[in-house]
Amino acid sequence: TNNISCSVQRLVKGNFSRLPLGTKVCERLVRGFVGRQRSASSWTAVCTQRAVCKQRAVCKQRTQPTVTCHTSARSVDPDELRRFQSLAGKWWDDHGEFAALHALNDLRVPFIRDNLLNVHRTRVPGKPLGGLRILDVGCGGGLLTEPLGRLGANVLGIDPVGDSIGTAKLHSSIDPDLRDRVRYRACTLEELSAEREGGGREEQGAAQFHAVVASEVVEHLADLETFGLCCNHVLKPGGSLFITTINKTNLSYALGIVVAEQLLRIVPSGTHDWEKFISPVELERLLESNGFSVQSVRGMLYNPASGAWSWTDSTAINYALHAVKVRDDPDANQAEGHAEAAHS
Amino acid sequence: VPLPLYLDSVWDACSDVLITFDKEDMQDEMAHIVENDVVVAALTKQLDDLSDNVQVKYRSKVVKYSWPMPHQQANAIPWVKVTLASGESVETKLLIGADGPNSMVRQELGIPTVKWNYDQSAVVAVLHLSEPTENNVAWQRFLPSGPIAMLPLSDTESSLVWSTSHQQAQELLELDEESFVDAINSAFWSNENQSELIETAGSLFRSTLSAIMPSAGSPRQLPPSVAGIGPKSRVKFPLGIGHASEYIRHRVALIGDAAHRVHPLAGQGANLGFGDVACLTRILSQAAFDGKDLGAMQHLLEYETERQRHNLPMMAAIDLMKRLYSTNAAPVVLLRTFGLQATNMVPALKEQIMGFASK
Repeated sequence: TNNISCSVQRLVKGNFSRLPLGTKVCERLVRGFVGRQRSASSWTAVCTQRAVCKQRAVCKQRTQPTVTCHTSARSVDPDELRRFQSLAGKWWDDHGEFAALHALNDLRVPFIRDNLLNVHRTRVPGKPLGGLRILDVGCGGGLLTEPLGRLGANVLGIDPVGDSIGTAKLHSSIDPDLRDRVRYRACTLEELSAEREGGGREEQGAAQFHAVVASEVVEHLADLETFGLCCNHVLKPGGSLFITTINKTNLSYALGIVVAEQLLRIVPSGTHDWEKFISPVELERLLESNGFSVQSVRGMLYNPASGAWSWTDSTAINYALHAVKVRDDPDANQAEGHAEAAHS
Repeated sequence: VPLPLYLDSVWDACSDVLITFDKEDMQDEMAHIVENDVVVAALTKQLDDLSDNVQVKYRSKVVKYSWPMPHQQANAIPWVKVTLASGESVETKLLIGADGPNSMVRQELGIPTVKWNYDQSAVVAVLHLSEPTENNVAWQRFLPSGPIAMLPLSDTESSLVWSTSHQQAQELLELDEESFVDAINSAFWSNENQSELIETAGSLFRSTLSAIMPSAGSPRQLPPSVAGIGPKSRVKFPLGIGHASEYIRHRVALIGDAAHRVHPLAGQGANLGFGDVACLTRILSQAAFDGKDLGAMQHLLEYETERQRHNLPMMAAIDLMKRLYSTNAAPVVLLRTFGLQATNMVPALKEQIMGFASK
């Protein structure tokens, strides 16, 4: 259980905020977790986690990150409330710190929508994603969750930072269109995938989602193997995984770290660790070893002058990836085989 | 049935120079003229069919607007709130202000508007022609006091738009039917405004041009004469020009005369509004398909930019035309005479004008 809590905290450290443009508050929270981390990713920990996911056991030790207690702060601490409110302004101010994230919706929403439309022909007029269940990992303030909800999907947004979840809940509560379709939880992907399937609540557990979206998250994770495993676990067979992240190249170091963080200060210094960037080739390899088949990879380019993103041929800096969970899961067949053998 | 327009003839009272806009061989229609009542009836019918999505509150009046803050703050109203005279209130993600040249939406937002009044009113009426004719020509004559235009409605009827001074407009309204009809016919047919100098200069220019370009210019037609007017169809309204410096705010968009107001001499006022509608519809459809909040500034700004770029040149051109034709002074008359004649004879230029007007 100690190992589990370690790996939970490691994932948490990664998932701290949606993006290159995190807020000071988020950073403080992250440093709190990093302080608690005792070891670097250990192989034993990963193996244990794999076992947990595969056997679909309930993770009894639900080490919820301490920050989630802030979500019920409304009755408690006025300081927290104020911070909560100031965060709200930051996430949803489309000319503020998260401006580039707002602009990124122009690329990633059509990317997700069109790839899902190719696979699922929905018949709900005016709601292209009607009837689909989507998980938004590292949803932050809900910048991507809301458009997906508007397009008709049932979306669950998860983020380990409780303040962000609070902001997201508040913002989506105003719109009657979204209230019924968009839900948020402060938890990590690991926790979600480890929960018992069924049990009354639709969102949790295994094989529940038509699509998982992890936008601007993977470059903050230390343990991608576990991430890939958990994504596979929560997806229905044939379900889609959408990732947007940053490539690990000299160019991404020059522009993404030196220019963005140190020169232009588009991103607070220290937000990104170049070591954690991953190239599309490596990511593809990782995903395919976790039961995915990568369908497409496309490069994205941010223009700081116009504040707009555009698709580009080069994946040297930012890129978007679409993968599909392969329908035949040999491991599952194996497990079922064992179960049958045990019974007979 | 919308009446197709094949020819549009415009001429100068002071110099008797004529320009006709026509498509070659009269195969394709240049434009269509549709009576406003017909448009309104058609739209009402469409709205009835869309009753699941559209609710029309007739006979209601707005008394108050409450505007949202640019981004969400605690206790702020996130949407636009509209309070009606009945006490009802509606909250909306996007408010479209289509409330005419004296738009309350625009005024309440405090949007600076460039505007001034022309010292003119327009008199409109339905005209009964003396005899049925293949009525496919729109006529406009520039009198010194302002242009008088006759737009075909059917084989026996045309619509009158006579822009003139406030005083004359009032007088015209007070005339009995017979005198009013005489005034119209006289405005179209009389030659009293022409000076000999201009006439000579004009015909000289015309013959020079025909020597260079013998095939240019269309055969001359004559405007129909008027016998009577439709009962109770005579009204007048003041004219002015106006342009809102911003068409949009957070969660608000202005369309039609609320955003821009022009002189009727080019028959473009309503068309500019239709253009606004087409553009906004297209932009909102795309925004909805991208899951966006419809009231967000990003795509509303696109609408504003696109329409201002189209509307402003058109408005400038119309205003210029109005000023150009508002005078009797010989130099200006000569200038516009030559200009009109030359334009009449250069097909490429006419095509450009027609193309721009039909966008």
